[in-house]
Amino acid sequence: MIKNNMTIKIGGEAGQGMDTSGAGFARALVRAGLQIFANQDFMSRIRGGYNFYQLRVSDKPVYAPDDATQLVLAFNQQAIAQHLREIVPGGAIIHDAALKVDAAALAERNVHAFAFPFEAKALEVGRPAGMDPKHAKLMLNTAALGATAAITGLPFERIAQVIAENFGKKKGSAVADANLAMARWAYDQALQSADQFAWKLIPPADGVNRMILNGNQAIGLGAIAAGCKFISAYPMTPATSIIEFMTAQAKRFNLVTKQTEDELAAILFAIGAAQTGVRAMTATSGGGFSLMVEALGMAGMTETPLVVVDSQRPGPSTGMPTRTGQGDLLFLLHASQDEFPRIVLAPGGVASCYADTARAFNLAEKYQCPVLILTEGFQAFASRSVGVEEMPFEEFVVDRGKTLTDADLDRLTPGEYKRYALTADGISPRALPGHPNAVYTATSDEHTEYGRIEDEDPANRIAQHDKRMKKIEAMKREMRMPEWYGPKHAPLTLMGWGATRYAIREAVDLLNAEGIEANALHFIDIYPLDETRLANELAQAQRLIDVEGNSTAQLAQVVRVYTGRTPDDKILKYDGRPFTGAELARAVARMNTQAAKARARVPARSNEFLRVRAFP
Amino acid sequence: MIDVTTIKVMPEFRLLPKTYDGEREVTWCPGCGDYGILSAVKQALAQLQIPPHRVYFVSGIGCGSKLPDYVHANGYLGLHGRSLPIAQGVKLANHDLKVIATVGDGDGYGIGAGHFVHALRRNSDITMIVEDNKVYALTKGQYSPTSTRGWISSTTPDGALEVEFNPVVMAIAGGATFVARAFSGDPKHMAAVFAKAIAHKGFALVDVLQSCVIYNPINTVEWYRPRVYKLDDDANYNPRDYAAAMNKAHEWGDRIPLGVLYVDERPTYEEQVAALANGALAKQPLRGYSRATWDEFRAAVM
Repeated sequence: MIKNNMTIKIGGEAGQGMDTSGAGFARALVRAGLQIFANQDFMSRIRGGYNFYQLRVSDKPVYAPDDATQLVLAFNQQAIAQHLREIVPGGAIIHDAALKVDAAALAERNVHAFAFPFEAKALEVGRPAGMDPKHAKLMLNTAALGATAAITGLPFERIAQVIAENFGKKKGSAVADANLAMARWAYDQALQSADQFAWKLIPPADGVNRMILNGNQAIGLGAIAAGCKFISAYPMTPATSIIEFMTAQAKRFNLVTKQTEDELAAILFAIGAAQTGVRAMTATSGGGFSLMVEALGMAGMTETPLVVVDSQRPGPSTGMPTRTGQGDLLFLLHASQDEFPRIVLAPGGVASCYADTARAFNLAEKYQCPVLILTEGFQAFASRSVGVEEMPFEEFVVDRGKTLTDADLDRLTPGEYKRYALTADGISPRALPGHPNAVYTATSDEHTEYGRIEDEDPANRIAQHDKRMKKIEAMKREMRMPEWYGPKHAPLTLMGWGATRYAIREAVDLLNAEGIEANALHFIDIYPLDETRLANELAQAQRLIDVEGNSTAQLAQVVRVYTGRTPDDKILKYDGRPFTGAELARAVARMNTQAAKARARVPARSNEFLRVRAFP
Repeated sequence: MIDVTTIKVMPEFRLLPKTYDGEREVTWCPGCGDYGILSAVKQALAQLQIPPHRVYFVSGIGCGSKLPDYVHANGYLGLHGRSLPIAQGVKLANHDLKVIATVGDGDGYGIGAGHFVHALRRNSDITMIVEDNKVYALTKGQYSPTSTRGWISSTTPDGALEVEFNPVVMAIAGGATFVARAFSGDPKHMAAVFAKAIAHKGFALVDVLQSCVIYNPINTVEWYRPRVYKLDDDANYNPRDYAAAMNKAHEWGDRIPLGVLYVDERPTYEEQVAALANGALAKQPLRGYSRATWDEFRAAVM
């Protein structure tokens, strides 16, 4: 028996409800004290196609998907075709009796297939409950969960509670009862085959209930924790669920959330709100961010604190809406004309999405500049069981920098306030509009210390430009160095940023377990960084392998500019799919072998470039 | 509620038009219609006794958009075409401020047309003053959305092929709750129209027929003067009558109506936002919820 360590995939067409049933099962497991990591793989369509929901379960925290699968719940033929080869020996497929499975392929891989007449039973149970065939067939989901509970040894009551909650509230008791009956029936049927399946889910006796949040929800929650009360956005996958989450929480936390006519308006509304002193944000993906670029520069010029989230998807242009990638880093570093201070953060994981978004609001007000948060499709949708202690609320300390209080403003002499006063650190005291002692304009033209248009005088231009750019020095002192993971002084270092954090960590663990000593250097704060401190960090890396979700190694380019250091190898993936630790470990192991052979034959090349397109 | 169509000039007031004088040298061309508009804006604010610190101007880019730079009041001089979303963001975040967008016709109806249409239906409590000289003046004379069809300019040497945009028809059709027209050659009337627009609760558009002495040799003060007439003089005109307003909004050519074309009452956007019921967002505490609320959230996602 293998206890509390398995991956379940639920696959079918859009509209069949895999994500609902998967989320329901995840909820049941987490309430039972287990930990989960769940991610979705779906197409940009509302009905049809092929989607799957992937659930990794453990009794320890899990941070990334695994590509080894123990159990597949197949709702259509494609689910079987796609996932059969991913199932480990001894694993199983639960499927409707109407679907065909290649017995030879199963036998070859030593995979079990458990077939049940789910659909026929669903129609039979649905009829007396007054459900039309279309809705009755959706009970396939609950039946599959019942069967999964039985096969994995999870007590029926654990899922019954979630089913009752899911359907009782929305659909009424008849539908809830029909679903419960389906689940019970499937549970009883599957129980007879349970001893053929070795992986079991046994809730710990002292299990703690946790929250289930995905990256986008964590970003929204981090914003709320930091006192952000305003989000304006235009729907764009994979960023949409940030404004949706905050809208769902708007009444609880007294927020203003605004869907605008386009992304231009989205960032401009947020800038208007921020100008009054409200902590404000917008969220989009690369295409929407492209539209925001002019206004981003305006916020830089008027020194307006602002948080902008770019949830990356592969591009350019429309690209792959529901997929993931890391292709926007250089774009965000340079977006908008000329030069102005900005901060770029790339959170890695749900807890980091929360904490670093919250931190972004302090940084934005402290340095009076835009703070850009780079996340990506994978992290936007992937959810994890999160302990309440991982999202501390009380501990967050609001830092509004040089924002003037009412008392400060009362002491000012009318007419003397300079919004863009030249200061030693480049940060000017910021009055919020509405006080008689500080009446001022903010201007996207080059301006005087008072904020009045001055787009001719070269001396003023230099003074104001230098004042703004000087803020970068203070930022560099505050921004955090990349974090190390794994054994110090390992001969091999994997370098990455943002959402790949835990796949890289897992790869490091797997490599070390295999006897390949490796560690990781991971960036969350990306810009601006102190060059000397960063060079010192990089100097500790021996053989450096860059891991990124783009084709030109964008972080490596940035690191080279910062420090002159070039990675020895690169693992670049831009097929729209997330990295897993296992595939990374395989790629590194292969590189290591090749590198060893190369060293034996010829002198080492300084910049061996290996582009990995697909993993075997 | 104030009936905005009958606002009278107060005989005495504490705040004078000069209260709003900026310290800047005005850089408009001699004879520009913008001078009259600037003066009328100050008069309107004085009439309404709104102190400078309670006013928030938002402008775009163009000759007219320099107006906030010449006024003593808060302001944000933003991007070409983008004043309305900024203005609405300011208003949503601090509805205690009187928010006035001052833009040109190219800015408001050309590059900013997308925002204009949505501001109309949203009914945010802001005022939009359009300095409509029917030409792109700061870029030296290209045709604008309100240029007459056939207008000859550097980019339309054979005459503009599009029909002109009618902002007041669009505003009434689009859901604005206050639509008016003023004329830069009549600052006194213009100030009264501005005052009504600013006092109006909801989205107010004032399209100002403005001369450009350099780039618009056709729509001059002399051209407008014999054509314009005041709706106030017509006792039978009811700006709450949608059909009548639409008729007047279409009137152009020999006779051009000035004054309040249309008025409607509808809750403002801000009035309908639950989070603003307890006062301006900017004045609410940054983390104005309790530990209990946070715990309640945690329980909801468990």
